[in-house]
Amino acid sequence: MIAMLPVPAVDPVLDTESWWWQPLAIVGLKVLVVFIIGLVGTMFMVWFERKIVAGMQNRIGPDKAGPFGLLQTLADGIKLFFKEDLIPERSDRFVFKLAPFLAFVPAFLIWSVIPLGGDFTDGRDGTVEWFGQITRVQLADPPVGVLLVLALSSIAVYGVMLAGWSSGSKYPLLGSVRASAQMISYEAALGLSLAAVLMAAGTLSTSGIVAAQDQLTDWHLLSTGVVPFVVFLIAMTAELNRPPFDLVEAEQEIVGGFHTEYSSIRFALFFLAEFMNVISMSALLVTLFLGGPQPLLIGSFDLFAVLGPFGGTAWLLLKVFLFLYVYVWFRATLPRLRYDQLMDLGWKVLIPVALGWFLLLAALQLGRDNDLSQVGYVTLVIVCLVVLGLGYLLFTAAISVARRNRDREGAAY
Amino acid sequence: MTMLSERQQLSYIASQAADARLNVELETEGMTLNIGPQHPATHGTLRIIARLDGEQVIWAEPSAGYMHRGYEKLTEVRTFPQVTSLINRIDWLGSFANEVPFILAAEKLMEIEAPPRAQHIRTILFELSRIANVGLFLGDLGVQMGAITPVFLAFRDREYVLNLIEGATGGRFHPNFDRIGGLKDDLPQGWIDETRQVMKKLRGFCDEIEDLLFGNEIFQSRTRGIGVIPADVARQYGLSGANLRASGVDWDLRRDQSLPMAWDKVDFKVWTHPDGDSWARCWVRLQEVRESTKIVDQLLDTMPAGPVMAKVPRIIKVPEGEAWVSTENPLGEMGYYVVSKGDLGPFRVKIRSASFNNISITPWVLKGVYVPDIITILASLYFILGDIDR
Repeated sequence: MIAMLPVPAVDPVLDTESWWWQPLAIVGLKVLVVFIIGLVGTMFMVWFERKIVAGMQNRIGPDKAGPFGLLQTLADGIKLFFKEDLIPERSDRFVFKLAPFLAFVPAFLIWSVIPLGGDFTDGRDGTVEWFGQITRVQLADPPVGVLLVLALSSIAVYGVMLAGWSSGSKYPLLGSVRASAQMISYEAALGLSLAAVLMAAGTLSTSGIVAAQDQLTDWHLLSTGVVPFVVFLIAMTAELNRPPFDLVEAEQEIVGGFHTEYSSIRFALFFLAEFMNVISMSALLVTLFLGGPQPLLIGSFDLFAVLGPFGGTAWLLLKVFLFLYVYVWFRATLPRLRYDQLMDLGWKVLIPVALGWFLLLAALQLGRDNDLSQVGYVTLVIVCLVVLGLGYLLFTAAISVARRNRDREGAAY
Repeated sequence: MTMLSERQQLSYIASQAADARLNVELETEGMTLNIGPQHPATHGTLRIIARLDGEQVIWAEPSAGYMHRGYEKLTEVRTFPQVTSLINRIDWLGSFANEVPFILAAEKLMEIEAPPRAQHIRTILFELSRIANVGLFLGDLGVQMGAITPVFLAFRDREYVLNLIEGATGGRFHPNFDRIGGLKDDLPQGWIDETRQVMKKLRGFCDEIEDLLFGNEIFQSRTRGIGVIPADVARQYGLSGANLRASGVDWDLRRDQSLPMAWDKVDFKVWTHPDGDSWARCWVRLQEVRESTKIVDQLLDTMPAGPVMAKVPRIIKVPEGEAWVSTENPLGEMGYYVVSKGDLGPFRVKIRSASFNNISITPWVLKGVYVPDIITILASLYFILGDIDR
């Protein structure tokens, strides 16, 4: 019945006869909330980053516009909006205009599948009741949730790549070449570490992944053994073009990279997209590994119990803030990698590690599914480790042979 | 500390050669990239014309002169005491150090010598401007690689040094304090104690930078084995200062020549490094700042009493003759060749500034590196545009 309804992005939870205005109102409300969270969150993220970095660097940071400089981003946005919109003579005009939206829209859409809160008390499993309807605090809950995120972040690569290419100028071109290689190779590591989570949760839907982490020991951070989390964190930083992986827009080298030629509101869109991506990908990280809006119970004590149904949102915000802080911290501390070092890290470290760990987890899962005895388990793990060790040896041997060949070639040269 | 083995260095060079050959085989078309004159990483208006193959440089050449101010010519229409206010602006981060060799050259022609106290204070201010200059370099190093925090630490601690220079001379950037025959004034009260405390703070700053930046693995991977300049090449291109010492040449004008300055009265170590890569250049400078703070401390302890100005006529006429004096400035060897015809002003002044020679090696050292390494190597060679273009 519900499947045939013409309601956009309908939630399977809204399975009810009296669907007339309530589902529409709920969806409308969610769209509004997600949109506002996206924009306001980005605004505060920019402020937060500038303020924290300033604090780490003996500076004050923005403090003139509004209380504590909170409105600084708004002022910057207005300024950018009224600036002259320049399109370079040698650019491909259509692609040049299209690219900012290709970067901006996916950043927004990722929010639609992130569980933003919910009531996790009394086995309510993250659902809340609005207008007499039971629903999730999440704009859409498609069964392919995480894949949607991956697809969207791949589209965002096009935004960056086409922006650099269509500018018709050299520095952006270098930036866009870097962007395409960097983001594509890190997408692989991202996907492999994600696969471990998906296998542990047994579902692709984000709400399902959150529901699978109802205890601290079930958090995928722990249940997948930390390694996928670390790989995901690094790959995500690269995917977001954040320092130390911000080669795409390395100001000292290629003068801003892909957005060198952009000005006015088109530049603002890139800027907004970047910061929105930071928040939405942090939210995704929290969803995948840290239980999303699930509370962290100490005994049975919930820190945000007083907030009632908003407790989940508070937990999510807390966890996301942790990562936002980590990103700002990275930025304030770390120098930038060189392009070939970045590729080395991606292909020679992250992808093999993620792949090996995934195989190990898969073997364990297989053992669990087949109800192996304790001896069987131990044998399985040993066999698995041996295989991984052999794989590692093969891998290092391949690298060293390749290097030796290169040396020899170079010597002949 | 671990050093790059010869094998690793060879492997690096060989791999780049292999890449280059591959590209020749594929006959890909190169691209000419103008880095500068307006580029965030050139400290001003240096232009590097680089021929790129992908991200690899196959040919590079610096193009200086965008900020040429004609100082050599301008000195000819000024009297000797007026020249110091001009040459202050050559290396604007360590300006006091620019005045000293010129004044020494003029004194050499006039055959006078500053009193011992003036020599001491000159040396202290010279070392302070070295600390201000190289300290900022240490912070700036991070910025060139995208780490933005060190530069703010450097600015914070350079401020203390600038305050000291301001306290003694009245000018933060352009002291114009040196006079032929001595100094304009004696030190103000309380300056010596304050300086001791600041030197302690600066040693702390060096430790901090060493932890934050030099200990960072990414920083090391960005600088080790990059831009290697062997000792003989460094000599051939006329490198001086820390760039030369980082290539393993034990050469320091403070120690190796006798000038009427106080360096021979203190005990300091001249640091060298055998590697000659970007890391070595940065590391040698870090050690130099530390050494400088120690020199200042020792000089403060042995400060002689007496006047700060020798007896010189009110209107200074330098007798006919030619003199060359060079000192170990923050950026390297800086010297003035002064020709006087017995007038109020010099007849001709040739300025040998360190950065001009230091960047002359860029075509050699930038061959085969990647675009990001251009920035690192230039940062580690450490030039100041005013010092290149004069």
